Amino acid sequence: MSGQASVHAGASAYFGQRRSAKSIAFGTWYVTEHRLRTMRAYLSSIVTVSVFNPVIYLFALGVGIGSYIDANSGAQGVEGVRYLIFVGPALLVSAALTTAFEECSYPVMGGFKWTREFWAMNAAPINGRQVVNGILLATGFRIVFTVSVFWCCLAAFGASPSGYGILAIPAAILSGLAFGTVIMAVASRLEEDDGWFPIINRLIITPMFLFSGTFFPLDQLPIWLRWLGWISPPLARHAIGTRSRVRYVGTALA
Amino acid sequence: MEKPIDIVIHARGLTKDFGQLRAVDSVDFEVRKGEAFGLLGPNGAGKSTTMRMIASVSKRTGGELSILGLDPNEYGPDIRGHLGVVPQQDNLDLEIKVRENLIVYGRYFGLPMKFLRPKADELIEFVQLTEKAKAKVDTLSGGMKRRLTIARALINEPDILLLDEPTTGLDPQARHVLWDRLFRLKESGVTLVITTHYMDEAEQLCDRLIVMDKGRIMAAGTPASLIQEFSSREVVELRFGSDKNARLAEQLRGFGERIEVLPDRILIYTDTGEEDLARIVERGLRPVTSLVRRSSLEDVFLRLTGRSLIE
Ligand SMILES: Nc1ncnc2c1ncn2[C@@H]1O[C@H](COP(=O)(O)OP(=O)(O)O)[C@@H](O)[C@H]1O
Ligand SMILES: [Mg+2]
Repeated sequence: MSGQASVHAGASAYFGQRRSAKSIAFGTWYVTEHRLRTMRAYLSSIVTVSVFNPVIYLFALGVGIGSYIDANSGAQGVEGVRYLIFVGPALLVSAALTTAFEECSYPVMGGFKWTREFWAMNAAPINGRQVVNGILLATGFRIVFTVSVFWCCLAAFGASPSGYGILAIPAAILSGLAFGTVIMAVASRLEEDDGWFPIINRLIITPMFLFSGTFFPLDQLPIWLRWLGWISPPLARHAIGTRSRVRYVGTALA
Repeated sequence: MEKPIDIVIHARGLTKDFGQLRAVDSVDFEVRKGEAFGLLGPNGAGKSTTMRMIASVSKRTGGELSILGLDPNEYGPDIRGHLGVVPQQDNLDLEIKVRENLIVYGRYFGLPMKFLRPKADELIEFVQLTEKAKAKVDTLSGGMKRRLTIARALINEPDILLLDEPTTGLDPQARHVLWDRLFRLKESGVTLVITTHYMDEAEQLCDRLIVMDKGRIMAAGTPASLIQEFSSREVVELRFGSDKNARLAEQLRGFGERIEVLPDRILIYTDTGEEDLARIVERGLRPVTSLVRRSSLEDVFLRLTGRSLIE
């Protein structure tokens, strides 16, 4: 920028006839690139959590509680399988949901209210739809990483008896993204950070996690409490419920 | 004679309503290629609203607007590809590094890394942040963040650079560093549109400006022509102490062309400041402090609206 010449030197060579052409075609990907770069800033925490979370849960629930449950449920197991196999895929899906929540809650609210970087994107030729899709896509990448690690841990703990168990991964990704979209919608509506995210976390996500057949079959609940499992936002019920189908497919074909 | 091609921004009857409030009220102006054009006015005058319409991110309620010959209602993204925007509030990504902010932003215009890497380094040097290139934005001072925002706005080599209050909130030294950079840009031929409520900023940076108040244009012209038209050559400022100013103003009648009594001081508009001051002292009036200075845009604003730019 030191001389006069550089002001209009290079950029125009890379623009087409219209300066918005590439942004319109690839804007979503540019937003994704940006998010991935931001994730790189806290990569070590992403990796640490992705590894420790499954190890701790699988050890405590699968091995600790699981061996107790398996010893007491005889040959039947829980819904016909060992407890670790019962609980594993559900934990995997819930890790996907947690990741989606992390990426789509505060970062989205912050983009509007704190850093205001969404306005910066919009000042370039990027539109709102591209911002949303770009963030979701980046969230998708992070979920892929998290659930892949999780799946490896499951396999290492012997909780995926057949190769078809790997179908839990796409199921978890789709569930995570569906859930992330909802959280993003909430995040973009919040005017203030007045504690809504912790409330959502404690009053919606945690009960969903506990009561939608994650840790025990839904029919274990007294009938008057099962509504909790049924109303657990359909998304998550499907999400966490998916593990049954995947597991049954897995065991049926095993 | 200006050819039409040299008009890069053209506004006629440009209006913006927010519900009942008319934030911008039928303003007319033109910005020529390569000039530094200013919007001077106090808080709430409608400067940022006008800027956002020019930036093609806010739809006008009425009137005509064309940027580089295009209507933002139809060609918003195309126009935005030709603009650099420095908003009133910084909106950098605080979590990534200084240099990454430029690269990421350049990608939004579809520019390849091959172009962006050297361009980012060049711009970082231009805004004097080379030592901070690898620092997180969080760690920068206010003035540095502002300079980074300017660098970011230049990443796509814009035809027009929009600066909304570029130095508000900065200390004097940081302001001067920033002005210096903006001068350099101006010299290199970039068209600048600057809003400000600092009359010194408008005088220093702007070739031409409009004075806005309550959504309307009060006056338009070069800083010198505005001062000539709406003020005297010089101003005598007298302070007698806040309780006495109003009373003593009576005794000053007859001095200068016009007298303004402000809560903290009296202003006498005159072409012969030193002589007037000497005669005032001869009369036995003893101001606590006195000062003869040249007229400024602040005086123009005071004359046009009866108020100061900064309350
Ligand atoms: N998004 C908005 N919604 C409602 N009112 C607004 C909005 N933006 C600005 N205003 C109002 O419009 C007027 C002009 O504001 P603005 O353009 O920000 O002035 P300036 O930048 O000159 O300080 C103010 O009264 C402000 O409150
Ligand atoms: Mg403003």
